[in-house]
Amino acid sequence: MKRIFLSAALALSFIAANAQSDRYKSAMEKLIATLDTTKTVDGYTELGNSFQRVAEAEKTQWLPYYYAALASVSAANNMFVTGQTDKIDPIVDKAAPLIAKAEELQKDNSEIFILKKMYNTAKMMADPMNRYMELSPVAAEALATAKKLNPENPRVPLLEGQDLFFTPEQFGGDKNEAKKKFEEALKKFEAFKPADNLAPHWGKDQATYFISQIK
Amino acid sequence: MKLLLTTALSLAAVISSQLANSQSVLKGTVTNNKSKPLPGINITLKDTYDGATTDSLGRFSFSTTEKGELTLVASSTGLKPFEQVLKLTKDSSYNFAIQLKEEITELSAVVVTAGTFEASDKKRTAVLTPIDVATTAGANADVTAALKTLPGTQQVGESEGLFVRGGTAAETKTFIDGTLVNNFFYSSIPNISTRSRFSPFIFKGTVFSTGGYSALYGQALSSALVLETIDLPEQSAGSLGFSPLGISGGLQKLAKNKKFSWGFNYDYTNLWAVFKVLKQRQDYIKEPEYHTGDANFRFKTSATGMVKYYGYFSRNKLGFRENSIDSTGYKDRFGLKNFNMYHNLSWREGLGNGWKMNLGVSYAYNQDDIDGGMQNSSNQDVVLQGLEWKDFGLQSKGKYFNAKAVFEKRIVGLSAARFGVEYNNSNDNPNYTDYTNQHYDFTIQEHLKSVFAETDIYLTNALAAKVGGRFEHSALFDRSNIAPRASLAYKLGKESQASLAYGMFYQNPETRYLRSVGNLDFAKATHYVAQYLKTNKNITARFEVFYKKYDNLVKTGTQYNNDQVAANNNGFGDAKGIEVFWRDKKTIKNLDYWVSYSYLDTKRDFLNFPTAMQPSFAAKHTGSLVMKKFVTAWKTGFNMTYTYSSGRPYYNIYNDNGINKFADRGETDDFHNVSFSLNYLPKLFSKGANKFTVLVLSVNNIFGIKQTYGYKYSYNSIRKEAIVPPSRSFVFIGLFMSFGVDNTENVINSNL
Repeated sequence: MKRIFLSAALALSFIAANAQSDRYKSAMEKLIATLDTTKTVDGYTELGNSFQRVAEAEKTQWLPYYYAALASVSAANNMFVTGQTDKIDPIVDKAAPLIAKAEELQKDNSEIFILKKMYNTAKMMADPMNRYMELSPVAAEALATAKKLNPENPRVPLLEGQDLFFTPEQFGGDKNEAKKKFEEALKKFEAFKPADNLAPHWGKDQATYFISQIK
Repeated sequence: MKLLLTTALSLAAVISSQLANSQSVLKGTVTNNKSKPLPGINITLKDTYDGATTDSLGRFSFSTTEKGELTLVASSTGLKPFEQVLKLTKDSSYNFAIQLKEEITELSAVVVTAGTFEASDKKRTAVLTPIDVATTAGANADVTAALKTLPGTQQVGESEGLFVRGGTAAETKTFIDGTLVNNFFYSSIPNISTRSRFSPFIFKGTVFSTGGYSALYGQALSSALVLETIDLPEQSAGSLGFSPLGISGGLQKLAKNKKFSWGFNYDYTNLWAVFKVLKQRQDYIKEPEYHTGDANFRFKTSATGMVKYYGYFSRNKLGFRENSIDSTGYKDRFGLKNFNMYHNLSWREGLGNGWKMNLGVSYAYNQDDIDGGMQNSSNQDVVLQGLEWKDFGLQSKGKYFNAKAVFEKRIVGLSAARFGVEYNNSNDNPNYTDYTNQHYDFTIQEHLKSVFAETDIYLTNALAAKVGGRFEHSALFDRSNIAPRASLAYKLGKESQASLAYGMFYQNPETRYLRSVGNLDFAKATHYVAQYLKTNKNITARFEVFYKKYDNLVKTGTQYNNDQVAANNNGFGDAKGIEVFWRDKKTIKNLDYWVSYSYLDTKRDFLNFPTAMQPSFAAKHTGSLVMKKFVTAWKTGFNMTYTYSSGRPYYNIYNDNGINKFADRGETDDFHNVSFSLNYLPKLFSKGANKFTVLVLSVNNIFGIKQTYGYKYSYNSIRKEAIVPPSRSFVFIGLFMSFGVDNTENVINSNL
């Protein structure tokens, strides 16, 4: 009887654990779906907070930290696009500890280096005159590492393309070269299979959008 | 078993559905301590997914099915998190009014800035960046020349050094990585100012204090220039430079693990070709020639620890003749050979538990061989009767050892206590040879021991104080002093702050006035500084007033071969002034400019002055306008600097049986200078940018405005001659390249 009770308890706890994991999955799926459609700084802030809650409750999952950081970097990019460069710093600074936490839990992941590249580029964009020399090589190196860790990651050519797209021509920017990169990204998105439905899958729309912007 | 499992499962399902049915509602508002709503705050039920983000009115509301004892957390970066333990039962409802206080952080807290200028990439209160130092027109990559565009400094062109707020150049001391640097400038040449020895590119941070500086530094009555060398470079790189003045080359290698780096540079400069084109007032027998080398290594000892070594060697010589003011038809001949080496080793380490340590030692050796004499019209050496003293040799050797240890303990938040010891040893050995070949040998040896302590007290984010003191003992003079220092800063608004500084400063009499020590004491200055500062990313506005009182300045007595010899400490003086600095990077598109203005009212009685008077190195009004514009389409930066100084007084003082009297006095014309430089970066950002090329063109005094620094007199006061720059204008053209030396960089650069 004792043994039966014990196995029942074990089974129960197994169910509970499974149930929690289901809860994690469904919560994350919902948040990631929202992230895919979010466009505003307030939206990103709210989402970032939600991901951060999941991250801190779970403690051992790197993905919620990853997405929380991605939300703050995306908010910073939004600030950059709308010309509010003076507000970038406090927003993007939130990402640094989150990226560090994600990396603690998941070493040598191409996606985390993608995030590092985006973080450093956003940071540089806040004050390019003074930060270009220091941060631009750091960002470039992070992207190079992301490429080395997973040459098939479609977000690598996407970001390479964005650099070429946004850099003025006299500084080595090249829209045609950028287009090639976006097309390469699209090809890689076709082949890319995310590990599961929580793994990073974003970027295809962006590649399509940038191609549409280049004649 | 199966039954049990099914039961358990259904039980779980029932429980969870029941849980789902009973919800607690938590809502509330979040404000700051001024009752302003805070949006974007993360509200979390700790260890659950439940929570919310406050809206633009600081409101939040969410429901949860969690039960039991839980903690509600409200947090955001830069704010102290709020936590409250709740007991959630079925259908609990809570309404919160949360107030979040600002966290005292380096980003938001007030900084004591009275009396200081900072050049840094990181600091919010920095007025310049390291790049500014290199791109200021007229500075020609000389650290101190760029600082001369800031208020508080004088435009003294006839000798090197920073003359700050009515002080002499000797009243400014320079420190590299914490330790004192002797011979920061190339050895003096009569009536020509020399450059500072070190390249601005080895420094990542510059703190220039024009008054009221920290107790960590001493032996400077007016000003401390604190330079911090770079840590590990971002990447391995080589560099090459070409100009009509000479060639340079260097290599910096960063280890793969990014924990160790080493490097060296060599620079050969010879002004022969330039002086053939740009006519100098002096007739050069030996055009200035410099061999300069430096070497460094740096390694990380831990996550927070770093050991750095920097070593510097220079051998240079020059010789010229010019028409003698003392005897018409004859010429004065001057020759200088200099050897200098400097080694600096520093170690900083976090010791855990809030403790930090900074250790540094430096050793320097300097040797000047000066050869003076007279020549006749056919350039043959002659000794004239009555002017025999003009034929001399002077070999000065100096050995300097400096060591310093600083320990710091973080107390609460940003509040910290710092204390340490410093030891300065100098051995100056001038050897004078007169025209009869008789030698006069002096040795002046000093052991200066100092103990200091200082504490930063942060009462709130808006109010901070720094209180410290310094004790020094001089073995040479057998005297001690205690110098209290205090400063206070108050944040007036998000971007503005006010600060006050007070301090006492002591300095040894300069060794050049010493033949014997006699009964001399430290000279003393007391500073009072008040400042208003407003900074944001685009605008810096700084307004400062100061009062400085001098006591115990050195008076010189009888002269020996025209040399002044220290007699007593009966000198005194004061200085007061108003300084304004305005920098604007935004108003005019792509134009970055700053304006400095200083008003100085100073009088002093020191050395051989007959009375208290405005010294010849102090002008009443000084100003600068610095402009920088980068034209992206041309990949070219244009820089312009205008400096102004009202006329400075000049005096001819002679000694009449022990009493100093004026033979002549007057005031020079106003001083104006416009310098221009451009930096062309042809490969900026381009593919394969592992080659970084800069073409520099700079012209000093582009309009050839006549500049008079002062007047010199013949020994018998009969003749008077203006002291002017060696040439009206100076042009410099140079090409500098740096290139990656690692293959991995190709990867990086393909992304640029």
